[in-house]
Amino acid sequence: MNNNSKSGSGVLSRLLRSQIVIPLAALLLLIIFNLIFDPSFFVITPKTNSAGNPVLSGYLITILDYGSELAILAIGMTLVTAASGGQDISVGATIAICGSALLRVLCGANSRPDQLQAPIIVGFLVACIVGMICGAFNGVLVAYFKIQPMVATLILFTAGRSIAAWINNNELPIVPDPKYAYFGGFIPGIPVPAPVFIAAICIIVIFLVLKFTTLGLYTQAVGINPSSSRLNGLNPELVKFISFVILGLCVAVAALIKTSRLSTINYSVIAKDIEMDAILAVALGGNPLGGGKFNMWASIIGAYVIQFLTTTLYKFKVSSDALSAYKAVVVIVLVVFSAPTVREWIGSKFKKLTGKKGVA
Amino acid sequence: MKTKRSISDTTILLTITIVVFFAMYIGAMLFQGKGFLKLQTFFNILNANAALILMACGLTLVMIIGSIDISVGGVAALVSMCCAVYLDRNVLNPEQNLTPGSVFVSMLIALGIGLAYGLIQGYLIAYLDIQPFIVSLAGMFFARGMTTIVHTNPFNVENKAFNELKEPIRIAFLGTVNKKGNLVPAKIEVGVFVALLAVLVLFFVLRYTKLGRAFYAVGGNRTSALMLGINVKRTKFFAHLMCGILAGLGGYVYFLHVGSGAASHASGAEMNAIASSIIGGTMLTGGVGNIIGTLFGVLSLATIQSIVSSAGFDQAWWTGITVAGMLCLFLVVQSVVIARKKKSLKKQA
Amino acid sequence: MGNEVLKMRGIDKVFPGVRALQNVDFTLCKGEIHALMGENGAGKSTLIKVLTGVYPKDGGDIFLGENLEPVTIKSPQDAQNQGISTVYQEITLCPNLSVAENMFIGRQKGSIQNWKKMNEAAGAILNELTIPAKPTQQLASCSIAVQQMVAIARAVDMDCKVLILDEPTSSLDEQEVEKLFKLMRDLKAKGVGIIFVTHFLDQVYEVCDKITVLRDGQLVGEYEIKDLPRVQLVSKMLGKELDDMSDIKSENATYEKKEGETPVFTAKNLSSTEAVHPFDFHINKGEVNGFTGLLGSGRSECVRAIFGADRNLSGEKTKDGKQVKISKPIDAMKKGIAYLPEDRKVDGIVGDLSVRDNIVLAYQVLKGALHPFSKAEAYKFADEYIKLLDIKTASADTPIKSLSGGNQQKVILARWLLTHPDYLILDEPTRGIDVGTKVDIQKLVLKLASEGMAVTFISSETDEMLRTCSRLIVMRDRHVVGELTGDDLNQNKIMSTIAGGEKNE
Repeated sequence: MNNNSKSGSGVLSRLLRSQIVIPLAALLLLIIFNLIFDPSFFVITPKTNSAGNPVLSGYLITILDYGSELAILAIGMTLVTAASGGQDISVGATIAICGSALLRVLCGANSRPDQLQAPIIVGFLVACIVGMICGAFNGVLVAYFKIQPMVATLILFTAGRSIAAWINNNELPIVPDPKYAYFGGFIPGIPVPAPVFIAAICIIVIFLVLKFTTLGLYTQAVGINPSSSRLNGLNPELVKFISFVILGLCVAVAALIKTSRLSTINYSVIAKDIEMDAILAVALGGNPLGGGKFNMWASIIGAYVIQFLTTTLYKFKVSSDALSAYKAVVVIVLVVFSAPTVREWIGSKFKKLTGKKGVA
Repeated sequence: MKTKRSISDTTILLTITIVVFFAMYIGAMLFQGKGFLKLQTFFNILNANAALILMACGLTLVMIIGSIDISVGGVAALVSMCCAVYLDRNVLNPEQNLTPGSVFVSMLIALGIGLAYGLIQGYLIAYLDIQPFIVSLAGMFFARGMTTIVHTNPFNVENKAFNELKEPIRIAFLGTVNKKGNLVPAKIEVGVFVALLAVLVLFFVLRYTKLGRAFYAVGGNRTSALMLGINVKRTKFFAHLMCGILAGLGGYVYFLHVGSGAASHASGAEMNAIASSIIGGTMLTGGVGNIIGTLFGVLSLATIQSIVSSAGFDQAWWTGITVAGMLCLFLVVQSVVIARKKKSLKKQA
Repeated sequence: MGNEVLKMRGIDKVFPGVRALQNVDFTLCKGEIHALMGENGAGKSTLIKVLTGVYPKDGGDIFLGENLEPVTIKSPQDAQNQGISTVYQEITLCPNLSVAENMFIGRQKGSIQNWKKMNEAAGAILNELTIPAKPTQQLASCSIAVQQMVAIARAVDMDCKVLILDEPTSSLDEQEVEKLFKLMRDLKAKGVGIIFVTHFLDQVYEVCDKITVLRDGQLVGEYEIKDLPRVQLVSKMLGKELDDMSDIKSENATYEKKEGETPVFTAKNLSSTEAVHPFDFHINKGEVNGFTGLLGSGRSECVRAIFGADRNLSGEKTKDGKQVKISKPIDAMKKGIAYLPEDRKVDGIVGDLSVRDNIVLAYQVLKGALHPFSKAEAYKFADEYIKLLDIKTASADTPIKSLSGGNQQKVILARWLLTHPDYLILDEPTRGIDVGTKVDIQKLVLKLASEGMAVTFISSETDEMLRTCSRLIVMRDRHVVGELTGDDLNQNKIMSTIAGGEKNE
């Protein structure tokens, strides 16, 4: 109605009220922190890599590069969170499964082949199918058997890495074709890492999907009120199921990037703890973890903020094993401050301080 | 009026579990023979799983109130590492040659860590109403991270007093006579007694104290429990507090069994504990569960694992897959049981 | 004075978007049964939940006994300790515990549970009240009526000064109600003050001494029962003189059946999983009919079966003379049937979504997942209906949960009108909304019907149905027991049909 008339002064206040402000504020905080303690963090230098290609290097590039998988997973995780009101904690394990299946197809029965046993695209398609099957498995348990999402996905969380090892008979296949490394590294002649492009494609695809289908409206409606959605002709079980399948697809893409980075796989280490980061990205994006409304942009920005944090911690010489302790603290601080009880309490204190009365 | 219906959900699921366990164990005796016929095999299962029993008991408590805690494995690892570093101080500073720490203090450390976890997680979950899964997920990652910060590399503890405590107790009258005619006493570790004692105490708490009954009430229907005059927040807090302490205790028993500190200790223990509780008839939705069932849940899980490994599937991944498969099965069974019950109630109305 | 056990003064309670209570006073004396009356949404339950510490109050004071200091009641437990015991409308017991536990949990001293003693005590009470349940039985295995009696037994067994009964009789049969009344009189003789909330006027005039009437969250007044005849009570509850409202219908042309016309919708031998006995049903173009009956008689279940909201067990349906298969809501929607559900909060609104999304939702689903409305289209629809139905909202982007009940209901109505149905089912569209909106909705129903839409209208308020419907289907105990048209459409006839010929019903 009065959208256009307000746009001048309203933009700022509307932005402040929008949930996107949360990840942006976190990002700003990290940028300031790095600016103060080590401005060299932001330097980007052109270099030449071992293959003789011109590449860009610097912490910012690292963030964009390594944040790709996370951003892709955040897309699916946002949908799952919105529709089912819970999170999928099996994404790390299913990345292992998809990656293992992918390598099994590319390398065949022999784990050290001289050449590719199948085109990369075939391997990728198989990984997609495997990812969707894993998602469908979780989806069935959650949607049709009504098991809490986190507990249902606990099954694959435990079994996933074992299944991954079993697919390749616990051997570690190595992909012989250097082209395979392009997906997780650099495409010759392009100085920006390839994962950045893959993530960009995924983001564009999801926005086209959200624009040209009613997926957004349906997932939110189902997440907020499944009973009402059913009476409006929706099938809440199907919507939840589909959100898990989409996450499965995202997992497959992430698996492609992850395995491509090394051209091999380590079942117990690949994508370790990534579920935590993906959930954190959704939470940091200001999306309620209890389901319902979501903002895809906020989640994606959230994902890059997490990577920013990780890279910053690495830079300050925190070992990768200890990293989880720091992140856990961030998570707790985040959830404590987003808890309604705490917000109310802060709100009342704030009101007392300013001496203002009245309802917000 | 309808006496047939008066069997409670708890009893039905408990019966299923006990039957499954005995069927499995007897099946193993019949078809795998050898090992399973020896009494010591059973004691070995107990020895190896005493810590799991304690952790699963804690999870049963929080699951009865309809909550969850996935930090117990991490806590166990953290406890092991802290106690190991304390008992064997020379690991950190080899040149100083310090006197070894006392076992008693190490126990206090373990309980202290568990207590701290219980207090903090309980407060966040009960009073600030934050999703238990998120809180304990963070708790788990914090514990794992802290463990590596305390000490990175795995090591075996050298401490005389501790090693004495670690030795299994030999019990003659449970022993068997071997081929040579000599008596081989049964070997049972201290942890087993601790675990069984905890099971007894918790059985009493759940059945015969107001607090225990409040757990069930809160899990059954939170709003109703509030209306019935139960302090829901405090009840939830206590469940998590007890779970934290049990995790600390479980961590120490685990440490006693393995005698070393490592960041990867008790990995996946939370999953096994949850699986045991579920197999033992505890419902994820809350309000239904039994500590005796949990004991049998742990035993069932351990038995199936040893069946799998003695049947020749000894590759590591089979354990994970078996546990997940069994969990999946029981989850689905529960889901079906609930659905059927709801239906029959509706018809009755 | 001196014999007051409870005084509430100037109670305020605000929910997001609604002022549930405004400056309400309430006084309860020793040994009296005090009816708290008002329409749905008048604030009765809210007042009680404030008193029992379920909701914190936003203003006002509560005094207990002769104390001059106001008390704060922090929680239901606190209320119990201060001598206020309550039976709620919805059963607030734990289904997974035993009957005895449900009677005693949360109100015993000490920390050890003595099962034997508790079961004996519970058994004695159950016997005394002749409740057909065993102390050791799991509560979930009892029927709803028995569960409600257990809740009552629990409340009266407490040594309380104030007993609150919030619509306890809706699931009880006549004998059980009699039992309850006897109990209430006994307690009254002992000096307990009883607050009784009910919808049944007969019950009020049978046991109560005083009546306090609330309307739209405000106090209308406190009356001695003998000073307030029924008609006046009803008009005080509705806030209108009865004559004001009875003329709505005459403004519109009443329905007349045309010969040889194909019914818009028919159902034959229809039954569903919600235990409705097979029934036949038809509705014609431009007709308004309704299901009537007591709460729980199966009115809503019938229309839910028609819409496919509950799984059908048997039956055939036709739409415009053609046989159709409707097993899910989407099937019904595709056939041009729309259904506004009874429980607005649970089945109607999608709380966090905007008014706009709530309005377009059903039409969007009907159009398909691959053809989303553009933002401009959605705004156009939303604005059109906001204007048409006079929905009071800050903008189309406001989350629906921050609207008042009546406006939420209009949004849901808009949602279904947007799908342009030719058969519209309205299940309690006027529950818990203000009188003005009620009349708006009634008028709208008649207008739609005059334009040719078939409408099924359900309401707990019989006069509302009499004003809108030209044919009433009467239900009792999940059976269709009669159909009334023409001159039979009056209160007496409806009542006698609901009551039926048999005694003890």
